[in-house]
Amino acid sequence: MFEPLQEPFMQRALLEVALVGAAGGALGCWVVFYGFSYAAESLAHSLFPGLVLAAIAAAPLLVGAVPAIVLAAAAIALGARIAGVGRDGAVAVVVTTMFGLGALLALSPSSPPGIESLLFGDIFGVSDGDLATAAGLAVLVVVALRLLHGRLLIAGFDRGTARSLGVSPAFADAALLLLLGAGIVVAVQGLGNLLVVAVFVGPAATARRLSDRMLPMMLLAAGLAVLAGVAGLYLSYYAGTAGGASVALAIVAIYLLSLPAERLRDTRPPGTMQTGATIG
Amino acid sequence: MMVEVANANAPGETPMSAASLIEAAGLAAGYDGSAAISDVDFSLAAGQTLALLGPNGGGKTTLLRALLGELRPLAGALRVATTCGTVPQTERSRLDYPVSVLDVATMGALARLPWWRRPGRREREAAVRELGRVGLEPLADQTFGRLSGGQRQRVLIARALVQNAGVLLLDEPFSGLDRPSAEGLEALIKELAEAGRGIVIATHDLAQARACDLVLCINKRQVARGRPEDVLDDLGVLEATYGGAIVEIPGGGGRAILPPHHHH
Repeated sequence: MFEPLQEPFMQRALLEVALVGAAGGALGCWVVFYGFSYAAESLAHSLFPGLVLAAIAAAPLLVGAVPAIVLAAAAIALGARIAGVGRDGAVAVVVTTMFGLGALLALSPSSPPGIESLLFGDIFGVSDGDLATAAGLAVLVVVALRLLHGRLLIAGFDRGTARSLGVSPAFADAALLLLLGAGIVVAVQGLGNLLVVAVFVGPAATARRLSDRMLPMMLLAAGLAVLAGVAGLYLSYYAGTAGGASVALAIVAIYLLSLPAERLRDTRPPGTMQTGATIG
Repeated sequence: MMVEVANANAPGETPMSAASLIEAAGLAAGYDGSAAISDVDFSLAAGQTLALLGPNGGGKTTLLRALLGELRPLAGALRVATTCGTVPQTERSRLDYPVSVLDVATMGALARLPWWRRPGRREREAAVRELGRVGLEPLADQTFGRLSGGQRQRVLIARALVQNAGVLLLDEPFSGLDRPSAEGLEALIKELAEAGRGIVIATHDLAQARACDLVLCINKRQVARGRPEDVLDDLGVLEATYGGAIVEIPGGGGRAILPPHHHH
């Protein structure tokens, strides 16, 4: 149980999943309610060529990831304005273009070995710099979500009247996507390009089934993400499975375990509750 | 709070009386410089209720957005001497959203807080007080999505009251409500008007419009304005407002409008 904790590489990996999990879980609740799960997946895949270029140049991954995600976001915003393309089409085109470009670079003879760690993450190889970045992300997410809480709540509840309550829905979207972009860029180092979206969607989707208030839901999602991260690392340590994939599997496992738990919750005596909502 | 929206090119501005909460004179409003409604003249005093009648696409929403200050007048003058609070159709609100009744009512306080402040005890107390006024204080901790349609409508009214709205803009407040809920809501609206608020009700329901002090009919432009008995008994006015979509209810039951339920 405590043996893995003696290993420095394991200590760093645990700290990384704790920081990324706490930030990703809390942020993920908003991602889920704003319908940004697909955007999260797309942003993650679009930054692949940036990761490959950084790996080729032996630079920190962040150096490649940030410009790639900014380029992808700008291309999606521009593409969505072209008549007949639309946002959905723009996302699909940009993501496949960017990911294809990344694959092209990754498979070229000049690229260094170990490209698969960009796809699936290298959670046991995180550096002190990676940990510092993850800590910075966690602080940024907590502070920003605290400041923005009321506004995000209003714009997510009813976009049509948000403006009359002093909240711009476009501002709420942009703030959330910026935080999501920052989160992906940081988390991708440990979890990899293909799996990073799990931490932003899985724990939040689980917490949503178990809680019906935003703040408890965010705390629960953060806790579940950290739990899944630790469980995944232990699985990886003892079963010799890939780190990032083990964490992603643990996230899915916790979601599946929550299904019967939700059923228990729904059979509570309703008390003063009105059953069902009347529409029409 | 005073919001003043006026156009310097306004032709023949009318002097505005101090008691009015809203004064519109020759108002035109729309999108991208083209008017969706024009020639709107009306005023709303404290304690008055106004029914806004018009077909879908006839400019009701445009007028409401102009009153909220979201659209600037393209012509004419509009003076709104208070905060307008929106009470949207509850059928469109999200029922799966993780908020309590109190959370929703507290949203009304956010606009007057500085950006770095979160609603605190004072804002929550105001929300509880207004929930009490609409008769929902016992349900403050309930999940919003679990309420009935009539109760949700009351929560959204409480949210506008927390906003200190002097005028409530209600969009089809009675649509989808059963008879007792509609009657309860009617009584609440009457009570709020008697307490000095201005009420604007966008509706397709001629019976509800008859219960208001004033009726404003718009279809791209202002068709008629006046007391319900003067406006609603004039078949020409109704036809100009709604086109052919008016039916006589057999047996002297009056008139009704067809088919009202197509919202974008």
